Amino acid sequence: MKSVNQAVMKKDALPLITGKPVYTGDLAPKDCLIVKALRSPHARAIVRSVNKTAALKVPGIECILTAEDAPKKRFTIAGQTYPELSPYDRLILDKQIRFVGDPVALVAGKDAACVDKALRMIKVDYEVQEPLLDFRQAVDNPIVVHPEDDWNPMVPVGGDNKRNIIAQDKEDWGDVDGTFADSDVIVDHVYHTKQAQQSMMEPFQAFTELDPYGRLVIVSSTQIPFHVRRIVATALEIPKSRVRVIKPRIGGGFGAKQTAVMECYPALVTMVTGKRAYMLYTREESQTVSSPRHEAEIHVRIGASKEGHIRVISVEALWNGGAYSDHSPTTVTLAGHKSIPVYNHTEAFRFNYTAVYSNTIAAGAYRGYGATQGLFAVESAVNELAEKLGIDPVTLRLKNIVHEGDVMPAYFNETARSCNLEACLMRTLELIDWKHNYPRRVLPNGKIRAAGLALAMQGSAISNVDVASATIKVNDDGFYTLDIGATDMGTGCDTILAQIAAEALECPVDEVVTHGVDTDTSPYDSGSYASSTTYLTGMAVYKTCQTLIEKMKEKAARMLGDVKAEDLDFTGDAIIDRATGRQVTRKELGNAAMITNDIALEATETHFSPVSPPPYMAGAAVVDVDPGTGEITLVDYAAVVDCGTVINPALARVQAEGGLVQGIGMTLTEDVIMDKRGRLQTNSFMQYRIPTRQDVCDIKVEFAPSYEPTGPYGAKSIGEIVINTPGPAIAEAVHQATGVYFRELPITAEKVYKGLKAKKEE
Amino acid sequence: MKIEYWLNGRKEQAEIDAGLMLLDFLRDHGCYSVKCGCETTACGLCTVWLNEKPVLSCAVLAARIDGQHVTTLEGLQDEAKEFAQYMASEGSDQCGYCNPGFVMNVLSMVRELSDTPTEAEIKEYLAGNLCRCTGYVSHMRVLRRYLAAKGKEVQDA
Amino acid sequence: MNIAQYVKAKSLEEAWELNQKKTAVVFGGGCWLRLSPQRRIQTAIDLSGLGLDTMTETDTAIHLGAMVTLRQLETAPALLTATDGAIKEALRHIVGVQFRNLATVGGSIFGRFGFSDVLTLFLTLEAEVELHRGGRMPLAEFAKQGGGNDILTQIIIPKKKRRTAYTSLRLNATDFPILACSVVRTADTLLCAVGARPARAEVRAFEGTRGLTEADATAVATEVAASMNFEDNTRGSAAYRRDMAVELCRRLLLQTGKEEA
Repeated sequence: MKSVNQAVMKKDALPLITGKPVYTGDLAPKDCLIVKALRSPHARAIVRSVNKTAALKVPGIECILTAEDAPKKRFTIAGQTYPELSPYDRLILDKQIRFVGDPVALVAGKDAACVDKALRMIKVDYEVQEPLLDFRQAVDNPIVVHPEDDWNPMVPVGGDNKRNIIAQDKEDWGDVDGTFADSDVIVDHVYHTKQAQQSMMEPFQAFTELDPYGRLVIVSSTQIPFHVRRIVATALEIPKSRVRVIKPRIGGGFGAKQTAVMECYPALVTMVTGKRAYMLYTREESQTVSSPRHEAEIHVRIGASKEGHIRVISVEALWNGGAYSDHSPTTVTLAGHKSIPVYNHTEAFRFNYTAVYSNTIAAGAYRGYGATQGLFAVESAVNELAEKLGIDPVTLRLKNIVHEGDVMPAYFNETARSCNLEACLMRTLELIDWKHNYPRRVLPNGKIRAAGLALAMQGSAISNVDVASATIKVNDDGFYTLDIGATDMGTGCDTILAQIAAEALECPVDEVVTHGVDTDTSPYDSGSYASSTTYLTGMAVYKTCQTLIEKMKEKAARMLGDVKAEDLDFTGDAIIDRATGRQVTRKELGNAAMITNDIALEATETHFSPVSPPPYMAGAAVVDVDPGTGEITLVDYAAVVDCGTVINPALARVQAEGGLVQGIGMTLTEDVIMDKRGRLQTNSFMQYRIPTRQDVCDIKVEFAPSYEPTGPYGAKSIGEIVINTPGPAIAEAVHQATGVYFRELPITAEKVYKGLKAKKEE
Repeated sequence: MKIEYWLNGRKEQAEIDAGLMLLDFLRDHGCYSVKCGCETTACGLCTVWLNEKPVLSCAVLAARIDGQHVTTLEGLQDEAKEFAQYMASEGSDQCGYCNPGFVMNVLSMVRELSDTPTEAEIKEYLAGNLCRCTGYVSHMRVLRRYLAAKGKEVQDA
Repeated sequence: MNIAQYVKAKSLEEAWELNQKKTAVVFGGGCWLRLSPQRRIQTAIDLSGLGLDTMTETDTAIHLGAMVTLRQLETAPALLTATDGAIKEALRHIVGVQFRNLATVGGSIFGRFGFSDVLTLFLTLEAEVELHRGGRMPLAEFAKQGGGNDILTQIIIPKKKRRTAYTSLRLNATDFPILACSVVRTADTLLCAVGARPARAEVRAFEGTRGLTEADATAVATEVAASMNFEDNTRGSAAYRRDMAVELCRRLLLQTGKEEA
């Protein structure tokens, strides 16, 4: 293969590295009104009145909008295919405040200084109410987060707003209780993870204006331009035909920008004033009124035979949706669906879940999308089972993991048509020098070195839901333009999809120009989330190329005269008559399409997938624990990924490294701390500690490719799975070092120290 | 108030508010490579040089540059393009938002560190530049190759 | 930031005069002032034109101008030698090079921040401060009473034969310390300072040679910790800090003792 499986440089690399103005904030016209939000300091309250008289007198202030000025029909900001599984429970501005930071008013003015001044002068009269902050107390609590009668679930997901339940379901396969009763050994524990923040470097930002046709144009740093069009039109109660969304370069997303966190605010200002408006979230807003991972409490029970056959797994997940439903009904399902199938030889499984409302920040989509929490719980429990059985964790896994050809009852009965998990595991053990490092040894400096491992899976696109499309055109001299609706957010999909096109069209990658995304002109794509782009949009690109080649043959046949298209061969550079050797070059073809022509040399194809083939991976950690202080130093991490065919090894490797380090951050340093009144203390990079380069050891990443028959050139996804192993692998390593189990993330030095101290006192 | 300064080698003057931060001043003057990633001096995205030393432009008052030399990545394009080749070949640019601040600090590090820097010294010098996409590992691959081309061999710890 | 007037002082006296108003603020590096953007400042006083950014060395002391940056400190050979490298260990964790190129020693000391690594270390170095009007005083005294409306001009580190060691505990690299600890041994004294408790650093002195054995190091460290208050914040509990004060002090006592032997 010439273009696929090559480390092609990202098409936008040079402008990005040399600092060219390509992001939303660089492109916003200077005359935009600056929009900021006045936010509630209370976690639950009713806005009785807003006195904006004095603030409106500040020179330069254009408007101050409150609940009275906003539409009254509920909607969701979750970037999902319509009809969304997320109940419609939001207003742009609501009198009922549901968490600290819920907006009370939007202020727009000619510059930041006058807006800041006006914000200080607005007087709000709140009826402060007691908040519901502990999600464990949410179900049937007398405090109801969404008491409104117009709470609107578009699709039944088991929710009941009067009971603070967003979504709920139960699933039993096989005789769960009977198999537990019959199991030799049972582990039974609860695992807790917090509302980790994506912390992409570019905060949320968007600007809006009316175009010459009076349509609303939104330029936004978003992963979901087409969903933003629908969401904003719905929220503003205007026809979707009046909205156009453009995505420039994005400074990272990781799922945060799979939610239309703030586009409605400048859009409302532009609709009210007719003027351009720009809103840039501060880092504090990006950390406190955004869309983090769901806090989860997961109860896992595993039953096994004494020989180490995992016979039954039960996962019961309680999910903190926070103030709004957003991605709760969807993320929660991954807790079981992307963890239980790893151990595919069970006789029975149970997956029950409840996602609840509370007066905390609304949670959304973060890389891993619920699988991360589920796998931390299940992989930790499997490690605990190994200890309880007295079987080493590698042997236990080899007896139970999923293999190619298996039908997976816990994964919608899909067949694992490509699966190289065992090879991933075995190679990871070599890379980490497992034999030497597991379980533990005391180092000369008194620290304890130990190892732990974990497995993971994810999906590739949402089966039977996600839609991807591509349009490819032949242009002057035969170069191609590839239009996509998928959103490159730094991951490199503009390049990766061009590689797939170049492979199919047998040309250099440089001859494929990628363009995205403008909802007026790009072909429809659900957006870049759910690990869909390489797998699903890649397949759409592949299909489009096949159709385009047929059209090029048709045109060439016309040019050659008295020859049929089916007698021609496409070679990339030319189309050749098999019988005579006469040919039309691609250059001639492209130019001929621009004179006296009635065959459009362009093609569009659309694709969905009835399956979501999982990528698989293994990860292992080596840590040093200082028993005197509890400090954990990660000294080595190795991971091997089966993402099918690796389209771009350089970009895939960086995806893996980046995802692993986010997982490491979630495991060791990224804590979310809320005070008694519901205010997030971890509201900045000073307080919410993402890893620095000094915290990161060398990370070894390799690939163990399988071949996925439903993916482009055998590819599956890689974007999300890579965040899943560090939590359980490091937790196990720390357990091996200390003899103490850590079932809550992050695992800080203080927790380790306290654990050791308690053990000593036992 | 009025200030006179050198921006990327050109002498300029401007009338500014006393409270204006250098970050905002530079973006207003067309230096879009300078990004704001936090408001708490924690991310390094806004790194520029003040009299050839890397500083956080979010923590410097524009008033402070009176009589001083300020350099942004716009003024170091040749070096930036050279470094970019190394970074791009590893796919290490990713979303790009932290890149300009990172490159500014790398170019300063090259001038300041010895010819035999250790990996630990490099990490320490660049610790104030956060990146959420890459996990940093590819940065070290990039730096080893780039520094070698500059006659500096990275020593293992 | 909200600053009505910016004055680059032409003399210390002018700076002092301006600083007598409550709404005036002296700018060191400006790094921490950045963190209160809503604060309204009538007069920002810039000391950068007063030549306070130099270090000088005499036979008996190292003089640090108040505007010397943290980066200058950590790379100054005289200080590295005088502190067995502890100056580097105390400073290298602070945010990043770009931050330490701005933050000044005067700002760190005058602010008397609880999290200050500089204050913790300098207390054990028996540093003195010099104020424009107030004259010289021991840092330990200044740390308690503060500088009021005066202007800090320099910090003086006396030269002594000493063994110095510094360590801190952090959630991750470049973070504030959960706890900071500094130990200095001179011929006749032992000094232990503990900062980020999270209250500002305090120092304890012991006569003679102490803490050379495991048992005595533990005894001294326990005594130091018992004499100080510890509190909870988001980075750690009081109980953890107290235990860590004992542990870190103990380690530094043994480290400095070993080097002597």
